[in-house]
Amino acid sequence: MSAVTAAEWIKARRDPSWIVKLFDWKPFLVIVCLLPAVGLLMTFLTYPLGLGIFLAFTDTTIGRRGVWVGLENFEYLLSDPIWRNAVFYSVFYTGIATIGKFGLGLWLALLLNQHMPFKSIIRAIILLPWIVPTVLSAIAFWWIYDPQFSIISYIFVEVLGWRSTNIDFIGTEWPARFSLIVANIWRGIPFVAISLLAGLQTISPSLYEAALLDGSTSWQRFRFITFPMLLPILAIVMTFSIIFTFTDFQLVYAITRGGPVNSTHLLATLAFQRGIAGGELGEGAAIAVSMIPFLVAATLFSYFALARRKWQQGESND
Amino acid sequence: MTDAVVSTASTNTASAQPETMAWDSRARRVVMLWIPLGCFLLILLFPFYWMAVTAFKPNAELYDFRNHNPFWISSPTLDHIYLLLFQTSYPRWLWTTMIVAISSTVLSLFASTLAAYAIQRLRFRGSQYVGLGIYLAYLVPPSILFIPLATMVYNLGLFDTPFALILTYPTFLIPFCTWLLIGYFKSIPYELEECALIDGATRLQILRRITLPLAVPGLISAGIFSFTLSWNEFIYALAFIQSSERKTVPVAILTELVTGDVYQWGALMAGSLLGSLPVAIFYSFFVDYYVSSLTGAVKE
Repeated sequence: MSAVTAAEWIKARRDPSWIVKLFDWKPFLVIVCLLPAVGLLMTFLTYPLGLGIFLAFTDTTIGRRGVWVGLENFEYLLSDPIWRNAVFYSVFYTGIATIGKFGLGLWLALLLNQHMPFKSIIRAIILLPWIVPTVLSAIAFWWIYDPQFSIISYIFVEVLGWRSTNIDFIGTEWPARFSLIVANIWRGIPFVAISLLAGLQTISPSLYEAALLDGSTSWQRFRFITFPMLLPILAIVMTFSIIFTFTDFQLVYAITRGGPVNSTHLLATLAFQRGIAGGELGEGAAIAVSMIPFLVAATLFSYFALARRKWQQGESND
Repeated sequence: MTDAVVSTASTNTASAQPETMAWDSRARRVVMLWIPLGCFLLILLFPFYWMAVTAFKPNAELYDFRNHNPFWISSPTLDHIYLLLFQTSYPRWLWTTMIVAISSTVLSLFASTLAAYAIQRLRFRGSQYVGLGIYLAYLVPPSILFIPLATMVYNLGLFDTPFALILTYPTFLIPFCTWLLIGYFKSIPYELEECALIDGATRLQILRRITLPLAVPGLISAGIFSFTLSWNEFIYALAFIQSSERKTVPVAILTELVTGDVYQWGALMAGSLLGSLPVAIFYSFFVDYYVSSLTGAVKE
């Protein structure tokens, strides 16, 4: 074994071609290693981001190069009730869904953190809604929300007898808004629960033992140990959740397509409708760009939460 | 890492045992743990059950709740699956999705392994800023990129080809994989590489013979996660692909099977079920990797 490696080693030493030397030269190696990732991201992420901001100031349509129109798109959007409604619903949707996801997700994580049989199987099953394609589970929800054959209506009307008529889930404004939020919460709970469970498992049990000796109630243990220790991971998960809920597209597009009468448009679905389906690329880009201020706010939140975590744990800033 | 978690969990219960005996009766445990957990499982799984039941129900039962119990199938049928497999281009869509998902996963894994190695191990000046930049790229959602990307894809002549998807999916896969792999590389002792350097190995030999074999679990995590994310991707596939036979499964089910005002719910649900199955099966084989990559990516 050792003889073989030694022989190989000697051979490699004896003939160091210029290409081997080049690849061992650190600056060159760094550039070669970073080139694929940075190149792809620059071409298909940074450049389109800039292009999108540029398009927002033009009146480009599909098949026609636009001219610079300044802030015209944004002025038009500010006076457009559909856009204002989309902003309202995006914020409302994100707010309510985040509260629901994190409330229920934290509860589920606390349940899963207890000792029980079949723990790993239960944990595996719980992630399922997050694994399957969103559009496909959204179609299942669409069918569950069907005006005529909804299974929820069936339970309320035929089984429980609480109502005499079917529930109109997605046909009218407010029920449609809440139906979409429920579907989003359903999809988001697993991710939140499993990430928070990972956070819970890093909390040292000795803290709970000490608190028990001091005669704490279970609420006090949650309030003064679990919650503060969970806060750093909670902040990060919440930032991701907020960003991806605010820019959600699939769920709304699959279930209501923004209807009834544009009441459930999120900014992303409105951008798609105007930009791709309607062909007004400039206006669609302006709608997409109008999401950026909200995202920047969420990102800053994440950055400061991360910085605070490092400071708390006394890690070096690497 | 798993051992540490298991041992903490077991010490946790061991130490909590005497205290549990005192006040935690069986009835209390049922009310506080099993009933809520049961409700969670019921609600989280019900849509899948409903999907499966609908997919195998004949139309006569599907639209008649009065004479048939909607929660059960009295005469299961394969009509919907048959319709899906032989009267639509469903196998074709599956194939396209598979090719796109595998190609973009391989591309992203290649790019992000090299990038993570450079950032974490080569330690050049400013490497932390490159890492931060890639992290920030993760926070740019596809929803604000699809319009400019659509014009780019069109100008590059890639519109309506699988390459449009294979080249754009890495924009959200590379940041995730790089971040995950940086975490993995960090956990590999640097001393191993120093030894190899002293023995006269080149940097590339170190990457190939030492770092990569040790990072295999991380590579598997990143790979299966990328595959799932590409399989589930929707907005780019919706915007960049036009012709029916080149669509991916999620897009095709929504745009090709929904025709007119009468929805073929049986076929729709069968399509959703079959479209979910590959990722669900894939998932069942690699559950632990999913959980560790999910939590690892969050923790890093």
